[in-house]
Amino acid sequence: MMRLRMYYPVFAAAALIVVLHLVLALFGATYYMTQITMSAYYALVVIGLCLLMGYAGQASLGHAGFFAIGGYASAVLTTYNLNPFRDTALIARCQALGLTMQWQDIYGTDILSFAPWVACVAALLLTGLVALVIGASVIQLKGHYLAMATLGFGLIVYRIALGTPVLGRADGVSNVPSFHLLAGLQVNGRAPFRVQNYYIAWAVVLVAMVLALNLVHSRVGRAMRSIHENEEAAHSLGVNTYRYKLAVFILSAIFAAIGGVLLTHYNGSIGPSEVTVMKSVRYVAIVAVGGMANLWGALVMGIVLNFLSLRGVFGSFDDAVFGAILIAIMIFAPQGLLRVPRLQALTALLRRNP
Amino acid sequence: MSNVLLETKGLARSFGGVHAVRDVSFHVPTESIKAVIGPNGAGKTTLFNLIAGTLAPHRGEVIYRGQAITGHKPHAVAALGIARTFQTTKLFPHMTVLENVMMGRHTRTRSGFLAGMLNLPGTWREHRQTEAKAHNILADLGLAAYAGETACNLSFGRQRLVEFARALATEPSLLLLDEPAAGLNIYETQELSQLILRIRATGITCLVVEHDMSLVMNISDEVVVLDQGQKIAEGPPAQIQRHPEVIRVYLGDEHG
Repeated sequence: MMRLRMYYPVFAAAALIVVLHLVLALFGATYYMTQITMSAYYALVVIGLCLLMGYAGQASLGHAGFFAIGGYASAVLTTYNLNPFRDTALIARCQALGLTMQWQDIYGTDILSFAPWVACVAALLLTGLVALVIGASVIQLKGHYLAMATLGFGLIVYRIALGTPVLGRADGVSNVPSFHLLAGLQVNGRAPFRVQNYYIAWAVVLVAMVLALNLVHSRVGRAMRSIHENEEAAHSLGVNTYRYKLAVFILSAIFAAIGGVLLTHYNGSIGPSEVTVMKSVRYVAIVAVGGMANLWGALVMGIVLNFLSLRGVFGSFDDAVFGAILIAIMIFAPQGLLRVPRLQALTALLRRNP
Repeated sequence: MSNVLLETKGLARSFGGVHAVRDVSFHVPTESIKAVIGPNGAGKTTLFNLIAGTLAPHRGEVIYRGQAITGHKPHAVAALGIARTFQTTKLFPHMTVLENVMMGRHTRTRSGFLAGMLNLPGTWREHRQTEAKAHNILADLGLAAYAGETACNLSFGRQRLVEFARALATEPSLLLLDEPAAGLNIYETQELSQLILRIRATGITCLVVEHDMSLVMNISDEVVVLDQGQKIAEGPPAQIQRHPEVIRVYLGDEHG
């Protein structure tokens, strides 16, 4: 199967992830895994945005909004105490169906909330619905008009997060419980769970990568790229450009929301800093520096830059660094870093000797 | 009327105060080559866009195989078996020649988002069939050697040919050709005539908007002449060449 070649980098990445673990363990620096795990969840946003922006050619300056809708929805549903309502018909029904869980927060308060998997499904459905409504009305806009409309969406989500009591206003939502997956695995940021969460996050990212790679090499992926290249020609060949653009928009929003849900459970909290315009700009900058229509570039840059940012390498100039990256890329390498001639010769060499 | 593939009835479209197309009616018989000619600004391309769905007419009807397709969107028109080329070649410049032609198979293939993401066996099989089909068409047009080339690296003439290949990949019943000879030299134009005749021989009806009189007169069965958005003559090429109104429009009053 020639198609298997497409997955070689996935196997290589998987091996690299294990090697990285061993190296960190060897040097007693496994605490780095925390930021790597967080970066991996941010990378999910970048992978989705890469599909939308790099391949389908539709800019979005509102993807932090989708990340936050996923994260906040999951946080609220798993922390909102349903005990006062436990005897109402609806909540009793939910309990009987196993949709809720009983737990104690760090203060020892008994909490009855929705189970994380229920919250996760609800969060993704909500994100999909919001993306559908927003996308249906703005996706036919072109170029910077679309960028501005999505920027407006991001701002609205930010103000809603800041102004809504149930979303914790400026404090956000904390005490988010861990997310129990199968076989004893759980999304949980505490130190004993560090290693398994490193692998959980990477597993999710690699699955997302495989799905995205498959998509861009498929009939649909070709149609997405054709819209980017020449929308009128694509339309005349039977591509329902509006529907395709909308579908990719929703898909990329859901990728972002998955990152939001999992990172919120990992961190145990989410706050309005996740929804700022600068977060959306950061995702765009990462896709650009990764080479726009380049999923691996987006992933590598997504991990590296977020990791450096989370380690505090950029200090208080964090946002400024991402702004500067965006400017530099637009001026010196609008096709992305990997298309710079000298590097291109290098990648060609690598391709010849795999 | 079963031998009429496409018909327009009183088609009209204006931009602001300019009547780009007014009250144009004609029909295209199945497996014929019909040409639409006229001086610059006669409304030829607008007429094309009205048929292909790029523009919606203000009045009138477009009837294809006996059914009104007026105001259908381009993708819906394409799905019915109407393919087109553009006046200025519109390839997907950074995709390979092969991928460009594979795009022509879009309406003939099914795989959606989910199947694409999961890369199901059926999807993969469909992909290979599409690829094989595209290779065949490229070979047929003498473009086999360029399959892996990025489209924008090809010469102008070859890009035009790739656009033909892409349109043919849709297996159209009706091919709309918008000034296919524009920018081609005499030899290339002659080759183009042969190509269009070959396409028609495979059972594809062609509607050609053209400036180049030699091309039109050599290959078309019938010609429609537009001037200032209106049809001023229609008939076989020999008759059109002698039509006083056509001579007046093309050469000026004193020749009429």
